[in-house]
Amino acid sequence: MAYQVKTQDGYDIVLLTGDVDLSCSPDARKAILASLEQGHHTLVDLSGVTYIDSSGVASLVEGFQTAKKGGLRFGLIGVSEAALSVLELARLDKVFPIHADLAARLEADG
Amino acid sequence: MSTGAAIEVDELVTHYGSRRILDRVDLRVESGEIMVIMGGSGSGKSTLLRHLLGLQRPTSGSIRLLGMDITESSAAELQALRRNMGVSFQGGALLSSMTVAENVMLPLREHTALDEQTMQIIARMKLEVVNLGGFGELKPAQLSGGMIKRAALARAIVMDPKLLFFDEPSAGLDPVVAADLDELIIKLRDTMQMTIVVVTHELDSAFKIADRITVLDHGRILLTGSVEEVRSSSIQRVQDLLNRRPREEEIDPDDYLRRLTGG
Repeated sequence: MAYQVKTQDGYDIVLLTGDVDLSCSPDARKAILASLEQGHHTLVDLSGVTYIDSSGVASLVEGFQTAKKGGLRFGLIGVSEAALSVLELARLDKVFPIHADLAARLEADG
Repeated sequence: MSTGAAIEVDELVTHYGSRRILDRVDLRVESGEIMVIMGGSGSGKSTLLRHLLGLQRPTSGSIRLLGMDITESSAAELQALRRNMGVSFQGGALLSSMTVAENVMLPLREHTALDEQTMQIIARMKLEVVNLGGFGELKPAQLSGGMIKRAALARAIVMDPKLLFFDEPSAGLDPVVAADLDELIIKLRDTMQMTIVVVTHELDSAFKIADRITVLDHGRILLTGSVEEVRSSSIQRVQDLLNRRPREEEIDPDDYLRRLTGG
């Protein structure tokens, strides 16, 4: 897995690519929490994710919870079908704000 | 060896004392397949499961899991392989002194160095998957039989294993709870691409979840095939099992007498 963080339209966008599994999900978690701890609205872009395991999904959950506590916006964009089915298994597709891309998210933000 | 097989058992022979329990068993489970091992009591199915889990060494033969021959692997190699294996035991095998959530978290504590908060979220997610959300703080003694089986399943899948072994998922459960568990097994395979081996003697469950079924009898494989192939098998013993007909044992008078007299 690799990750990049860029800032665009008022969001930190954490772009994850490759397999997000036990070996690297702690890095993803740190990147997501770092953006939130700086008080930035944060989106996690999963469009380049080929596989995400439960530890990766747990990092997303923790990010969302941290954002809520801090009054920050959070969400997922570019969720692949494979990642979506993992989220659906725990019904988390009903919990996370999920949008196709940044433009769709910005439109939803109004 | 083809790369498609998650499990390959070749010519497996095992004994308890001088009694042969498994007799030249061959079994191949493809990656992402649900294989049901069926058979009556004493057929050898539980013994086969224990070998697949690496809990017993066979007399001869080989067992390859995810490409590794576990009959020749070291304890350290087997331990590494177990990160990719989940097991749901018939009785649950939950530790009574711990809460359900702590039980589910055990493999994460043993095999990972994840942050405590991450482990707790994963355990709660798995409890949600098995419809036990909110029950994590209870002790196993406070759960019903069906809930214990689901908690054991949550623990078995907490590491997102490639191989999931399930011993008698439906035994002792009411039909609705049993059907729920069957649905869950299928969903896990579809979502997580797990290879799943289920040992059962419940026909309804076997026919519902299996991609293929292997029928064991007296330590030998009678047949491995699709649900349809098993249903339409012309093998008398398979039909006896499907129709719950008791076995008509042929008696060898000399052998019988020797067993009674110990001579």
